[in-house]
Amino acid sequence: MMKTHENNTSTPGERAQALFQVLKQKELIPDGYIEQLTQLMAHDWSPENGARVVAKAWVDPQFRELLLRDGTAACAQFGYTGPQGEYIVALEDTATLKNVIVCSLCSCTNWPVLGLPPEWYKGFEFRARLVREGRTVLRELGTELPNAVTVKVWDTSAETRYLVLPVRPVGSEAMDEEALRALITKDVLIGVALPHVA
Amino acid sequence: MDGFHDLGGFQGFGKVPHTINSLSYKQVFKQDWEHLAYSLMFIGADHLKKFSVDEVRHAVERLDVRQHVGTQYYERYVIATATLLVETGVITQAELDQALGSHFKLANPAHAEGRPAITGRPPFEVGDRVVVRDEYVAGHIRMPAYVRGKEGVVLHRTSEKWPFPDAIGHGDVSAAHQPTYHVEFAVKDLWGDAADEGFVVVDLFESYLDKAAGPRAVTP
Repeated sequence: MMKTHENNTSTPGERAQALFQVLKQKELIPDGYIEQLTQLMAHDWSPENGARVVAKAWVDPQFRELLLRDGTAACAQFGYTGPQGEYIVALEDTATLKNVIVCSLCSCTNWPVLGLPPEWYKGFEFRARLVREGRTVLRELGTELPNAVTVKVWDTSAETRYLVLPVRPVGSEAMDEEALRALITKDVLIGVALPHVA
Repeated sequence: MDGFHDLGGFQGFGKVPHTINSLSYKQVFKQDWEHLAYSLMFIGADHLKKFSVDEVRHAVERLDVRQHVGTQYYERYVIATATLLVETGVITQAELDQALGSHFKLANPAHAEGRPAITGRPPFEVGDRVVVRDEYVAGHIRMPAYVRGKEGVVLHRTSEKWPFPDAIGHGDVSAAHQPTYHVEFAVKDLWGDAADEGFVVVDLFESYLDKAAGPRAVTP
């Protein structure tokens, strides 16, 4: 029976399903559309993609040069472009510079290369605080930076989608490309973590 | 729109609920309905072509503030998509209410009709000092308030152009296409000593910027 009161007694899931049902009844949802997109979002777009890009840049100077000059072309070599990853810029860390990515206005992320953004990246705390107190936020998350390292926060406020190209860590000299990939986590690609050799 | 969504620099929040390299992201969708948020958004934006992703962002910004604060991330995109589908006449509020069995609260109506881009100006160059135009826009805009009126240095001009958000975000499909600029600001220029040292780079559409008075920066 239809309730007439204004109170929001429904759950988020019930509202999502209600919108889905209305569209389905009108036959506006193509067969397989949601399943295909969900496969991309939940599985194909993954930080393992970004790890491949970074590991190749660490071992192949020509690819590194391309990645820094034309990130879109470099990621396209792997097929890692698409929705929310159409104009890609790689941010080069150095011994004195740490890049970190945020979207203070919503949640913009390089989906094909980093995967969909995690909850904390979309949360009010990270969006509000990172731009203003980057060093403090990194410390709280577990990344302590020497004073000589400058923090540069990139606010994803238009169509550019970023990934961080971190400094190849000490101790990784003998590692091959496949072994290097394991050092490059989602948080390393966002820029809140540094890669470490275990 | 000077709304709650414009969070950059907003004080009073606690710690980011995360520890580096925890694997909580591995279950991408935590609840069985969350995949519907972006899926239904793309049905409206990409398949039915009834609205742009910019309009979705604006619809999220139009959520009533108390509702915005209390909602989960994906929930806001369900509400925004439902709002735009009602506003574009694809579905009705009554149909949503019927399917839900109670009132489906949508976002508030827009406060403004949007505005056109500034065209006909020469582009800015890497190394230019620019100032973010000191203007207040009631509709959609991709300029976080913390850089309004502030001066920075251009690090990059994009090689592609995109529709001006303040127009396309209100459904104006004739919106002029513009490049954006990666503009670097010193954090101390934004919040003085009430901040950590460092830099923030904001990706700003050409129409948000003017050339700053004074000499060109030596080192971009």
